[in-house]
Amino acid sequence: MTPTAPAIELKGISKSFGPVQANRDISLSVARGTIHGIVGENGAGKSTLMSILYGFYKADRGEIFINGTLTPIPDSQAAIRAGIGMVHQHFKLVENFTVVENVILGAEDGAFLTPSIAKARKTLTQLSEDYGLRVDPDAIIEDLSVGHQQRVEILKQLYRHADILILDEPTGVLTPTEADQLFRILERLRAEGKTIILITHKLREIMDITDTVSVMRRGEMTNTVKTADTSPAELAEMMVGRKVLLQVDKTPAIPGEVVLSVQDLRVRHGGVDRLKGVSFDIRRGEIFGIAGVAGNGQTELLEVLGGMISASGGSVTMFGAPLDISGGGANGQTRRARGIGHVPEDRQTEGLIMPFEAWENVAFGYHKDPKYNAGPLMDHAAMQADCADKMARYDVRPPNPRLPARNFSGGNQQKIVVAREMDRAPDLLLVGQPTRGVDIGAIEFIHKQIIALRDQGKAILLVSVELDEIIGLSDRIAVMFDGRIMGERLPDQTDQNELGLLMAGVTEGAA
Amino acid sequence: MDFLTILQILDSTVRLATPLLLACLAGLYSERAGIFDIGLEGKILAAAFFSAAVAFASGSVWVGMLAGIAASMALAALHGVASITFRGNQLISGVAINFLAAGLTVVIAQTWFQQGGRTPQLAGDARFENIVLPGAATRIRDIAQQGPLGQLYSELISGHSIIVYVAFAIVPLTWWVLYRTRFGLRLRAVGENPAAVDTAGISVVGLRFAAVLIAGVLCGIAGAYLATALNAGFVKDMSAGRGFIALAALIFAKWRPWYALSACLLFGFFDAVGNRYQNIQLGEIIVPVQFMQALPYILVVIVLAGLVGKAIPPRAGGEPYVKER
Repeated sequence: MTPTAPAIELKGISKSFGPVQANRDISLSVARGTIHGIVGENGAGKSTLMSILYGFYKADRGEIFINGTLTPIPDSQAAIRAGIGMVHQHFKLVENFTVVENVILGAEDGAFLTPSIAKARKTLTQLSEDYGLRVDPDAIIEDLSVGHQQRVEILKQLYRHADILILDEPTGVLTPTEADQLFRILERLRAEGKTIILITHKLREIMDITDTVSVMRRGEMTNTVKTADTSPAELAEMMVGRKVLLQVDKTPAIPGEVVLSVQDLRVRHGGVDRLKGVSFDIRRGEIFGIAGVAGNGQTELLEVLGGMISASGGSVTMFGAPLDISGGGANGQTRRARGIGHVPEDRQTEGLIMPFEAWENVAFGYHKDPKYNAGPLMDHAAMQADCADKMARYDVRPPNPRLPARNFSGGNQQKIVVAREMDRAPDLLLVGQPTRGVDIGAIEFIHKQIIALRDQGKAILLVSVELDEIIGLSDRIAVMFDGRIMGERLPDQTDQNELGLLMAGVTEGAA
Repeated sequence: MDFLTILQILDSTVRLATPLLLACLAGLYSERAGIFDIGLEGKILAAAFFSAAVAFASGSVWVGMLAGIAASMALAALHGVASITFRGNQLISGVAINFLAAGLTVVIAQTWFQQGGRTPQLAGDARFENIVLPGAATRIRDIAQQGPLGQLYSELISGHSIIVYVAFAIVPLTWWVLYRTRFGLRLRAVGENPAAVDTAGISVVGLRFAAVLIAGVLCGIAGAYLATALNAGFVKDMSAGRGFIALAALIFAKWRPWYALSACLLFGFFDAVGNRYQNIQLGEIIVPVQFMQALPYILVVIVLAGLVGKAIPPRAGGEPYVKER
């Protein structure tokens, strides 16, 4: 090992899966004791590259140098020997094992457990002191919070003497506080001389913590720059290959007549009051945004308006005529007949049927449309042609109607749902978490579509936990907390701090 | 009901519980590693036939048992290839093994021995002898004259075949292997989350094959016990659903070794009671023999209907492991 050699050096790595070239001639060099970010849209090849480095896949071509030495990595065992540890996006922990059992799994000292566990417990205490990773070694994994489970993953790697840590989308599952704690830990690890590769699509995190950053696009590594020399806008442009508007661009709203009027709406679900009297109006040509921490009644609000659950009290009218919220006779079908489109919060369980092909998913709910039917039979050719047309207009990639929904990336799955629900220009669109797990290019596209619908004079109810999205898109913002609307704000007269306080239940009087 | 009668029922319980226990532990290893094994029944049956046939031909019960184990392991390997290597459906593979064993044993038995699908009666060294522990009485008359402790020793503890003692010894051994060895830790892990095992650099396939083959060995011993210790030869379908009862016992035991022992003893006890008391008169009502003999099976239904509380199987059970990034 030469002291000046980079911790990791990749030369000409290529990998293809069948006809898809996931990695094309990638070269990368990461210096010891630094945090290196890798950004790129979904499907850009980041995860494939890291899987190659961790021995999960074998590269078709290319060489890997660790600390200046050529190191072939045919399997994970070799990666571990080379001092590489990986914290996967979905944790690889045995949930009903204790922390210490998970840590020693695969790194036991001998055939018998008792001495291994004793030693591991001692080492864990030492490691948690050294790096500020406090975890009870005898806690059962499933009893731990997600943030603590992630610490166990990091401890697992440190216990295996990993000098190079790969973290794949580590903050996707964390609360903002937990993410902050993780970053303090990473800084500490860097100070101890560890090398860290951070894969993420959150540009703010890259700017906060990395020393250098590489951008991947369509299987190629397009740029590597010093973080200090770049900006989020520049990174976004490199990721997508064109200028991206991180800020949503829209004209002031011109509200018209009231489309939806909700009065004192109450929902009791599972023995708990989820909505405790919610009232608001939405007019033509405006986007009404609802902010809030997940689980404060937003889901139930969308579901009762979408006809999926019934209300226990209150009334809802659309264009002055009552909307059935009693549960009897209310369903997605009758809602669509009234001109309501619904992009549900969870596209994978509510928006799409994952094993079904795109053209089938695009027709769901609208399958009685005469253009999809030929007499008593469904007209598959027409359905597929219609799907292909929508895919072209909504930029779904790959534009193949015969591909099952699960084979699309998150952003493209969402575009399929959006295409289905928005293409008929409903008078009222219910949108929940439109850009959760969606990459930058697709976020921009979906936001543009929502604004275009507003500009056609339609009403939009937007629910999102992303404050940037709420502030950027909405014409009026309501904050929900514990089943109630805490207050209404105009986006240009508020900021993240004020909304954050409302989201925590702090009202004007108290604040 | 005197003390000696109770002892006799318990003695019978032990004998009848032994094949269940072996099969149940076989299932435990397999399912703890995430491979459902509905083919316990077929493996027991195949082992019963081959152990009896080879014991008869060679005159040695030990050679017979090895043949039984080999037959059972061959079926276990088949299950492994189908469900681990080729990631087939584990239930279907298990059902196939049951059919295969039920059919093949009878056909081969008929071809080899021409006695209507059974093996000839085994005698002498071709059967497992009962072991008389030092100082134990053997004749009922002598036992009846002993004190309670002596009776307990002579009637219940002494006088079983070696396999019974081995089966009971495998319970603490299994506990120790599962909870105190590296192999056990990995085995439990692979049944809960194979991805964790894979990323730790351990072979999922290797672990699962090891578990399935251990199940094969244990089913082989169970089958040999049926044909060469409990009975004197193989008869058609002699496993009589024990593989399935063992699966029920495994669920009852929540996939834990000591609980498995209790569960199998309970099933064995009902079996023993059903055998001993053919008709029971309860006041005006006579409980028919058929009901008594159905007791263990009724218990299975109750167990499987979930009356014993929620049993959480190993989380990766039944699902082939497909590597993903």
